[in-house]
Amino acid sequence: MNPDSTIVTDVVCPLCGSLCDDITVRIENGKIVEVRDACDMGESKILGHDRIKSPMIREKGELKEVSYEKAVKKSAEILAKSKRPLLYGWSSTTCEAHEKGIKLAAEVGGIVDNTATVCHGPSVIAIQTVGLPSCTLGQIKNRADLIVYWGSNQSQAHPRHMSRYSSFIRGFFREEGRKAKYVVVIDVRDTTTTNVADEFIKVEPGHDYKLLSALRAVLADKADVLPDDVGGVPKDAIMNLAERMKKAEFGVIFFGMGLTQSRSRYNNVVNAIALTRELNQFTKFVIMPMRGHYNVTGFGQVLTWETGYPYAVDLSRGYAWYNPGETTSTDVLNRGECDSALIIASDPGAHFPGKSLKHLSKIPVIQVDPYHNPTTEFADVVIPSAVAGIEAEGCAYRMDNVPIMVRKLIDSEYKSDEEIIDDVLNKVMEIRGGK
Amino acid sequence: MADMIIKNGTVYDPLNNIPGEKKDICIKDGKVTDKIKEKDATVIDAKGKTVMPGGVEIHAHIAGAKVNAGRLMRPEDAWMGKVPKGKLTRAESGSSIFNVYATGYKYARMGYTTLFEAAVPPLLARHTHEELEEIPIADKGAYVLMDNNWLGMEYIKNGEIDKLAALSAWFLKATKCMVLKFVNPGGNEAWGWGKNLIEVNEHTPHFEVTPAEILNAFAEVNERLGLPHSIHVHCNNLGHPGNVGTTIDTFNAVKDIKPGRSDRKAILHATHAQFHAYGGSNWKDVESESKVIVDYINSNDHVTIDMGQLMFGDTTTMTADGAMEYDLHKLSRRKWINCDVELETGSGIIPVRYSPKVAVNTVQWAIGLELALLIKDKTKIALTTDHPNAAPFTKYPEIIALLMSSTMRDGMMKGVHESIKRTLLPSECAGIELTLEDIAKITRGTQAKLLNFVELGKGHLAPGADGDVAVYDIDPDKLDGSRNPDQIINAFRKAIYTIKGGEIVVKDGEVVATPMGRTFIANPEIDESLNKAMLEDLTEKFVHYYSVNMANYPVQSRYLRNPFEIPLKPSKEVA
Ligand code: SF4
Ligand SMILES: [Zn+2]
Repeated sequence: MNPDSTIVTDVVCPLCGSLCDDITVRIENGKIVEVRDACDMGESKILGHDRIKSPMIREKGELKEVSYEKAVKKSAEILAKSKRPLLYGWSSTTCEAHEKGIKLAAEVGGIVDNTATVCHGPSVIAIQTVGLPSCTLGQIKNRADLIVYWGSNQSQAHPRHMSRYSSFIRGFFREEGRKAKYVVVIDVRDTTTTNVADEFIKVEPGHDYKLLSALRAVLADKADVLPDDVGGVPKDAIMNLAERMKKAEFGVIFFGMGLTQSRSRYNNVVNAIALTRELNQFTKFVIMPMRGHYNVTGFGQVLTWETGYPYAVDLSRGYAWYNPGETTSTDVLNRGECDSALIIASDPGAHFPGKSLKHLSKIPVIQVDPYHNPTTEFADVVIPSAVAGIEAEGCAYRMDNVPIMVRKLIDSEYKSDEEIIDDVLNKVMEIRGGK
Repeated sequence: MADMIIKNGTVYDPLNNIPGEKKDICIKDGKVTDKIKEKDATVIDAKGKTVMPGGVEIHAHIAGAKVNAGRLMRPEDAWMGKVPKGKLTRAESGSSIFNVYATGYKYARMGYTTLFEAAVPPLLARHTHEELEEIPIADKGAYVLMDNNWLGMEYIKNGEIDKLAALSAWFLKATKCMVLKFVNPGGNEAWGWGKNLIEVNEHTPHFEVTPAEILNAFAEVNERLGLPHSIHVHCNNLGHPGNVGTTIDTFNAVKDIKPGRSDRKAILHATHAQFHAYGGSNWKDVESESKVIVDYINSNDHVTIDMGQLMFGDTTTMTADGAMEYDLHKLSRRKWINCDVELETGSGIIPVRYSPKVAVNTVQWAIGLELALLIKDKTKIALTTDHPNAAPFTKYPEIIALLMSSTMRDGMMKGVHESIKRTLLPSECAGIELTLEDIAKITRGTQAKLLNFVELGKGHLAPGADGDVAVYDIDPDKLDGSRNPDQIINAFRKAIYTIKGGEIVVKDGEVVATPMGRTFIANPEIDESLNKAMLEDLTEKFVHYYSVNMANYPVQSRYLRNPFEIPLKPSKEVA
């Protein structure tokens, strides 16, 4: 073995909300050369890929390389003179960067929001309506004997979730692992997750709400009101599932964007939570949103303890103002309100609706990211950063709100997101103080 | 920092037997001292004012997973308490669950300078510290939940007390906490299956230990480790009619344990005693059994309590007692969060509105006051609301007024449910009024004594104490508290000065400086071979049952800006 070779164990994967912390990497000459135990997605991120090389500023339509100081100064000037800046993204960086970002937003009186806006925002609204009976993932690993994945393709979006926390893992009261559990997938189509389920229930697109209501009706002894078929699911299957849920010793529903982003949106989640609540009259039952980015949950945590609200917070009034539908990024952009945007650790260029992008392309946009992505195409200032969790350390929250510190494994020529935001903030204060 | 002299105030420093004396307080280098050179010093004229040590919060939920989940679930609560940012201050939010900034500012405005977060789920300790580090001004510390720890319960079952001590030390260090805390011992594990334990001699499923056994074993460990505070306990059967028997059984369960240090007699601190002092058999006939608790405390030294005073109005309940929160949810059907924490504990949250028109709320309101009025030795009872459970901590000034003014109590009793007749407030408590000296005890002195922070400079003003001082706009010579409860409320709501470590942080009720305080931690020493044996067992738990690797579990030192290790007094070598 190469004498320069070091092995680092217990590495935390900074990619998806599973936040696996059992990865081993081999480092040679300051480069990660081997990754063990991660899934393909995680491995490819940890190994690294094409990076933005240098800070850039757009001049006459072209991004031109500039010094870091110049890019920071330009960013600060843009933000300092904006009336309604948007500070968006955050889901793939550390809580330390979040704290700085929220301070910056407070300083410039901006709107601060993260990717929850386009994924689990509806789950947040549902929790604010009915709450959330849940638990940590280890609780599920040790106890669950019934697992329902609803509108969530685990094996694609969170490849190791099933083997680390849910279907396949052996737990204290589930020594038999997969054999000790009954796994149900409810989705609009056959997915790779359905292959490993004991039962696949195919629901017609947009009919999740009805199906949830049907299950609740059965629990309430009102099965007689059900038609023979609900959203494409035969009554028998519904009756069986309800019975199975009641008889489980510990049941869990994992839900994904199939519930949050389909017809009825947050109402689907409200209904799913209500179902879970009612199941607690019969047995122990919990429910958990499958959060995507590795630290989308962490941003919600930090913004909440800083301002009282978990996403879409408008700080222009001096106090925090939260009104999803009004203060959510896509809505503010669709109304053409923002006069600048700072985009960090995310890619609205690939995920926002056309109307929002159209406005983004008209206003000055600052991008802070390690990688080129579609957002770079319209960014006016680009600041490359160290990859959080590989080149910079900090806190992240797993999908079940368990905080884990992601590591710095190798050095980087770039500053961390936390440092960059801090530099911009200091520059903004300097400019404003000078007024 | 300039020296400081607080001149001519009336000083209440009960731990030093100063029951309201005209006296100057000098501060040098952040500490109280005998004398300073007045001409170089900041002079504060406190003539006609009340001077007390900085307030100490012994039990509140101010930071961490539950608190933040409560904020997330209740945007309406955040909205009601909004305050825009100031020149120096960040924006505030919350009316029962405050954001980190509001938490620091509001306590400081009331003259509080030391705060303890009462419930840290070990797996989520990093989160608690992330928030504590953002709360400005006060010094802080936290209590780690050991109530339903799997390995702990196994050790207790096998009688391996030595290893239990090593395990407790490991969790204190890993979570950077300083008190062993127990919520519904054994019951939260049962709640993992949707069940609960009610009596102290019931066995928890699978692990087959009882709440009494859990508390007895950990009480012994606590004394061996020489921790400053006793074990801190939220008894089983919280909030249920007729629960006083469970409470007394809990007290008796540790009666045989001898204190390990000479500076403390208490073995068990029973928190929010109000919630554990009920008679009757249902929500309609529930009655006060505060007398049972009062008599017990008056005649025993091994138990101390805090009030958990309930106040009418809107608030949020949050506790590691997940089963109890589910019961509350079934009653109110309002939104409900639950979060069980693997191998360790549970938690739940619901919003609540306490009404004087409701029989049980009226009884609850009366009980907290009864405890504070009737317990003779006021260093055995601390003022709390179990913030935000029975009320937000911002209600302390009103509670102080209620304790000092029987007229105010009589007035309020006219507007409550007739269940007030099933309490002692109109009868035995009639006419009893606490003095400012009593108040100085139950809001700071008692707390410092129970936590054993007197030597560390909290809760008193003798030379060497921390320069933490509150000056209130009350002239004791002119005060007729009974007739002027509003004056008391206003004075304690907004200190004229709050001084933290010799720095003025509040002036005329406004925050004027926001320094960051220290975080107290405990690092008990354990014999190496014993520790090794324990670690083998614990590693096993991590490899097979936790969802996080052991290497990633302990809270890294970067999470504490300003840690302060408190000295311990282990009673004997833990061999
Ligand atoms: S499942 Fe997610 S966190 Fe785990 S290795 Fe794969 S991408 Fe990384
Ligand atoms: Zn409490």
